[in-house]
Amino acid sequence: MKASLRRVWGMVYRHVALYRRSWPRLVEIAYWPTLELLIWGFTASFFAHAHAGPAVLGGGALIAGVLLWEVTLRGQLGVTFTFLEEIWSRNLGHVFVSPLRPGEMIGALLTVSILRTLIGLFPATIIAYFLYSFNIFGMGAVLLLFFILLLVMGWWIALLIVSLLFRYGAGAEALAWTIAFGVTPVACVFYPVTALPVWLQPVALATPAAHIFEGMRTALLSHTIAWNQLGAAAALNVVWMALAIVVFAGQFRAARIRGALISIGE
Amino acid sequence: MNAIEVTNLTKRYAGMLAVDDISFCLPRGGVIGLLGGNGAGKTTTISMLLGLLVPTAGRITILGHDMARDRFAALARMNFSSPYIALPSRLSVIENLRVYGHLYDVPNLAQRIDELATQFNLKTLLPRLAGELSAGQKTRVALAKSFINRPDILLLDEPTASLDPDTGDFVRTMLERERTEQKTAILLASHNMAEVERLCDHVLMMKAGKIVDRGTPGELISRYGREDLEQVFLDIARNPEIAA
Repeated sequence: MKASLRRVWGMVYRHVALYRRSWPRLVEIAYWPTLELLIWGFTASFFAHAHAGPAVLGGGALIAGVLLWEVTLRGQLGVTFTFLEEIWSRNLGHVFVSPLRPGEMIGALLTVSILRTLIGLFPATIIAYFLYSFNIFGMGAVLLLFFILLLVMGWWIALLIVSLLFRYGAGAEALAWTIAFGVTPVACVFYPVTALPVWLQPVALATPAAHIFEGMRTALLSHTIAWNQLGAAAALNVVWMALAIVVFAGQFRAARIRGALISIGE
Repeated sequence: MNAIEVTNLTKRYAGMLAVDDISFCLPRGGVIGLLGGNGAGKTTTISMLLGLLVPTAGRITILGHDMARDRFAALARMNFSSPYIALPSRLSVIENLRVYGHLYDVPNLAQRIDELATQFNLKTLLPRLAGELSAGQKTRVALAKSFINRPDILLLDEPTASLDPDTGDFVRTMLERERTEQKTAILLASHNMAEVERLCDHVLMMKAGKIVDRGTPGELISRYGREDLEQVFLDIARNPEIAA
């Protein structure tokens, strides 16, 4: 167990050392969440000033939505970009012939993802508080549940993307940027599921995010916790994560058969 | 117990027979040279020994561990170096050695890095970024990484490729010393025939995925009636009746 944790730390340390001396990488992590927050924050402020009452609450929901959806996006990007860093530095050959187990590699990727997500969201959270008087922590302890559920969703999306990298090599790296953004319409971040066409609603309900954001709006607007929505999100996360792990393990094994681990960066 | 035992190893992929039913043993403390032209199957063989590639058929046992079932136990006691696989260029030399020290669960890591820095003449390079080093310096760092866990088996893919004669000789001297002092078994793939003659007890000549001849460098030179291993290599590479 101690050796296993040390191997995970070895991979985490590799990325901590990288970020410690690379300010452009640190800026990149925080850039998009901050930009998104500024755009949506000013939009929300405009509506709040023009129409008092429900629009103020709606503005709060917009800002909370931006911040929380960024948890999923940053969580996913944290895993996939940490893996891509190994491909770009042509280091995967050394990593895969070390005693690092695939599960330990996943553990390291998820740990780096948590660090990247916290670093990425910190400036946006501060800006939301001082510029728009929105305190995300005002939601209370349920915020932690939202955070965890959305982070886990980002992780299983990321594991599916890494599986695609095993299958198609670095040529699939554009997917690391696009797949989670593509889920945004059915994640129902800024509108209820009922706003979608009827045929698209089952797709939305199959994503944990749609339930989490319903729960977020309930928490903001009526100050109650929608446990049924959070329970559904947690159950869906378990199902999707199990599926992602099966796909990851299968593609890793297939890559070892095809020799793709040797040529993954080409 | 041998360090490596390979039995009827075969790899077929992309419709091609990359390694065709090869068998060999590497005794503890021995040095075997894996020779052959490009596409002979050397890299595929090394990849299977390292667990990067699953064999189509055959068996690999390393230090008594079956690589199909227990590869991580074997990998902890092996290491690998190749100029074609880089270390992270944006990390300093000491950070790279720390990363691999943790991955191999090396005890007293700071002391071990200090020993390697002395041994491989890396003291002044430790704070420098790996990406800023010359080819020779990178090779020394990669070799230090490959010795970090005091491996029982070392797999080397062209360890002196593109090095100047002085650095190449430094590397060969280091390998001889490790082999003598630590009893490290070494499997060496190289196109440098003088290096193979100097370092290897035994040579496997590969062509089209098969081992077409084997023996000590002296035996091979005498069998082909040649003056050195390079001429033997050319005889085998250019004779269409061998292998295929």
